[in-house]
Parts: sequence; C-alpha cells; structure tokens
Amino acid sequence: MGVLLQTKNISKYYGGIKAVQNIDMQVEEGEIFGIIGPNGAGKTSFFNVCTGNLLPNGGEVWFNGKNITGMRPAKIATLGVARTFQNIQLFNFMTVLENVKIGFHTHEKTNILDAILHTKRYKEDERLTHEKAVNLIERLGLAKESDNLAGNLAYGVQRRVEIARALALNPKILLLDEPAAGMNPIETKELSDFIKQLRNDGHTIIVIEHDMKFVMNLCDKIMVINFGKKICEGGPDHVKSDKEVNEAYFGKGTTF
Amino acid sequence: MTEKLKTFYNKRKTIILLVLFAMAIALPFLIEKGSVMSLIVRIMFYIILASSLNIINGYSGQFNIGHAGFVLIGSYTLSILAQLGWPIWVLYILAGVVTSIIGLIIALPTLRLRGIYLALVTLGFSEILRLIALNWTGLTGGPMGIKGIPAPWFFGLRSTAPHNYYFIVLFFVIICLFTSYRVINSKVGRAWMSIREDDHAAMSLGVDIRKYKAINFMFGAFWAGVGGALMAPFYTFIDSSMFSLDEGFNILSMVIIGGQGTLIGPVVGSVVVNLTTEIFRFADEARLLIYAIMIMAMMWIRPQGLAGTSRSVIANRSLGKERGTFLKKLLKKKEVK
Repeated sequence: MGVLLQTKNISKYYGGIKAVQNIDMQVEEGEIFGIIGPNGAGKTSFFNVCTGNLLPNGGEVWFNGKNITGMRPAKIATLGVARTFQNIQLFNFMTVLENVKIGFHTHEKTNILDAILHTKRYKEDERLTHEKAVNLIERLGLAKESDNLAGNLAYGVQRRVEIARALALNPKILLLDEPAAGMNPIETKELSDFIKQLRNDGHTIIVIEHDMKFVMNLCDKIMVINFGKKICEGGPDHVKSDKEVNEAYFGKGTTF
Repeated sequence: MTEKLKTFYNKRKTIILLVLFAMAIALPFLIEKGSVMSLIVRIMFYIILASSLNIINGYSGQFNIGHAGFVLIGSYTLSILAQLGWPIWVLYILAGVVTSIIGLIIALPTLRLRGIYLALVTLGFSEILRLIALNWTGLTGGPMGIKGIPAPWFFGLRSTAPHNYYFIVLFFVIICLFTSYRVINSKVGRAWMSIREDDHAAMSLGVDIRKYKAINFMFGAFWAGVGGALMAPFYTFIDSSMFSLDEGFNILSMVIIGGQGTLIGPVVGSVVVNLTTEIFRFADEARLLIYAIMIMAMMWIRPQGLAGTSRSVIANRSLGKERGTFLKKLLKKKEVK
C-alpha cells in the first residue's frame, strides 16, 4: 500500500483570490479519501488541479510515482485518473451506451484506416468495447436506460451514468465531485454501498461531498478545507471532534 | 416520422441499399435530357461537399464557414496538374490529399479556437485563398481561370458528357458516404462526437482533443478536395469566382437544411436546395429571397433539419420537450378561432 496520489504545496490563485493555498495531500492506495469544506472553500479548484483541468500557481502533483503537474487532462486520464463533475457533464445527445463507450476510448487502438477497412483490430475493439460497456451498464443498474439519450434521464440516474463512464477508463483512482448531490437518502445509501464495493474491487477513491453523514460513514480519511487552506486531516472521529472544523461549519459562537 | 423511417430502414437495410444502388445505376439510362442529367451530377457534387462539411460542423462541432476554400484547393490542384499531363484518376485522390494537408495546416493554429472565433478564421482563410487564386496569374490563370480541363478516360470514352461523368461522381459519392459511415461508427467518430458534446468531459476520459480535431479537419478537407477536383473536369473551366464565400454559405445551408450530425442530412439538403434553385430559376434574382425564407423557416420549425431526428445536435431546444412546438402552437391558435 503505497502513496498513490500526492500533492505538494499546491496553490491556485484567481487574480487576487487565493482559492487554494499550500495544500499537501497524500492518498494511499485502496483508500476512500474525503474532502469536505464549506461552500467556496476551494475543494473543486483543488480537484481540478489534481486532474489537470487547472494549472496550479505553485506546487506539484504526483501520481503513482510520476510528476503529473502541468500534464494535459487527457494524458493524466490515460495514466489512470478518472473523474466526475460537480455539475454533471454527460454527452447529452448520445445514448447511455455511447456515453459509456467513450469511456473506453483509451483502451481502444483503432485508427481511422482500421475503421474504414474494418480490420481485425477494429472488429476486436468494437466487440470488446460493446461487451464491456454493456456489462458495466448492467453493473450500475442502468440496463433499462441503455438506449435513452443521456440528456433525458433523471438527475440521480445521470450521476450513475457519469460514474459508469468514469469507471470505463478502469482507473487506478476515481475522483468523485459531489456524487450524492441531489440524491434522496435511499439513493445516497445505495451510492455509499456502491463506492465501498468499488474500493473492494481495487479502486482508490477521492470524494468531495457536503453530506456529512455520507462522508463520515464512508471515508477512511478526511481532509477539511476552509478558505483555501487545509485546516484538518484525519479519520472521521478525529475530524468530528476538531475545534477548527466545528468553527468552520458552525461559527465560533460567543462565550461568556 | 423520421424515427419510423429509421426503424423501417434498419430492418431491411441490405435490400434498401441494393435497390437504391440499382436505381442510381439505372438513372442515366432513364433520363435522356442532358440538362437534367447535369443537374443531377451537380447535386451529387454538393452531396460530397455538404457531407464533408457535415463531418466538421455536424460531428465534431467545429464551426467552419469557409468550406469553399477547401473546394478551391481541390479544384485548382487537379486543374493545374492535369494541364501538366498528370493522369486525372490519380489527381482526384491527390487533390484530396493536398487539401487534407492544407486542412491540417489550418487546423493546427486554430485548435484552441471554438465557435465564432474558429468561424472567423475559416472565413478569412477561404477569402485569402480566393484572392491568391485571383491574383497569382502565373499559376492559376488569375481572372482568366483555367480552361480546357480534360475529363478522364472511362471505358475508352472521354467522359465529359453528363451521362458518362455521372458514374464517376456516383462512385466517389458512394465511397464518401461509406467511409464517413464507417469512421463515425468507430472510436474516432465517438471521439468527435464527445468533443462536440462536452470537450471538458471528453478530455477527462482521455480523448486527445487536439489530435481528434485535427483528424476531423483533415478528413473533412479530404472529401472537400475530392469534391472540388471532381467539379473541374465536368465544367472544363474554373476560376476564382466559383469559390466565393457565397459558395461556402451555400454548402453550409445545405448541411443546416438537411440536418447536421446525420449522414443522410447533407444528401437531403443538397437535393432540396439544388432543386429549389432550379425550380425558381424563372424568378431570377428573387429566388434568393425564397432561399432565405426557406432557411429561416427551417430554423423556426425544424431546427434539427429535414432529416435530423431528436438526436441531432441543434435540436437541443427539443431535448426532453415536445418537438415542433412552434408549429403546434400555430395550429392550436387556428383551432381556437
């Protein structure tokens, strides 16, 4: 169990606003790692730096022993980092099956000539992709929606499609940005079980979430961010009893 | 209705395609008039051009309005080299390859541009090429154009007559649609569509956006070049005025009227637009008005194009809602009265 994803002194500024300041993070293999913090704390910015969608103003990101700072998001994805988005970003005009198929992009070797000539490589690719995509869709309980346009689905279902799509990459680490947002308690419970299942299947998971109960039950380790700074890190119990965390969420209150 | 047609087609795919093919072969034997036949050949040129533009605009969501520039390169490549005695059959393909390379050269600096910015670049590029063709007299004949472009030999015949040339164009139309179909139903096509839908998500799934956008431009440009090259021997004469911006808009409107992001859309579009132009020929300049009304009406009533279904890109107004709401509202008003 080594360190899989590590950030060193990451900072991200938007003009004068310091969205992320000097955050160090270490995510071990096989862990479910939670990132929490009040709205606007810089969680998503930090996330985007890790996946290469944003360039940091300072610091480094290491993944699996490789410095991935400044790499293009597509390259980072090929290395085995998959993510979902806070505001679901599905391919709305494609079916669920097609959405998931794109997730297998990095595993396919077809080029344009293969496609035109229907070479062996193309046929093999298409067969495998189709098979795996159908399997994955079944695994996430989406078989019924397989041929529906992703844009027409209910919110909770769209979240699952997005996770299915990310899983298609067969990532070493999966970054989920508020996966439980907009879900009812039953769906949240199902999602929580599913994420645990993913961990047992060998994925490492980082999750950003607002739902405290969800995070506390799910995560092995939690990092709390407020105003772009890391204020606490540790197991759920440690975080729960931390004074600064409570202040960040509930305010300082007055003492007489 | 299009959905019904689709299921009907999927059920009897091979038979329908065979019947269509037989009809296409029989067509020149049924039509005697040379003028009608040359209209058909022209429609087929535009099928290739509109399909190639659809590859760029409809499938990867880039906005190219300077398609005439690519057509120009194809046309001039063939014409110039044909005068030097190169074999025409080879030149059809070579013109495509040259255009494809130019497409790559345009694509490389513009890969970061999207929407209206890319549109402006392609527009400028198309116009620059036209001006070069107009002014580089030594190479392109300048305002005089290039005359006497020979047609290829075809079964021992010079194939200038529309009845003969038809078969050459038909061959390329079939190859164009066939390759497009296969590419779109592969990893490459899916990557294009994912870029069109949401490039951030595509990136996060490991799609190399720059690479696939460049491939997309090259593929589209290739067929635009072949289309342009096909036109030259048929008209036997080309000059720069044939590749103005209007021509680019003309091709674009065929794609929009037919339906972006569908294979059959540009085919329908080029048939409809060319026939309309022909039918209203008596109206002279006024027919452009009819043409404009047609585009506006399409935008209103059926933004996804004639052949487009709810899956089409610009049908996004209808995602999750009823389609054709505008028309229904109109009809309802009448009922109330």
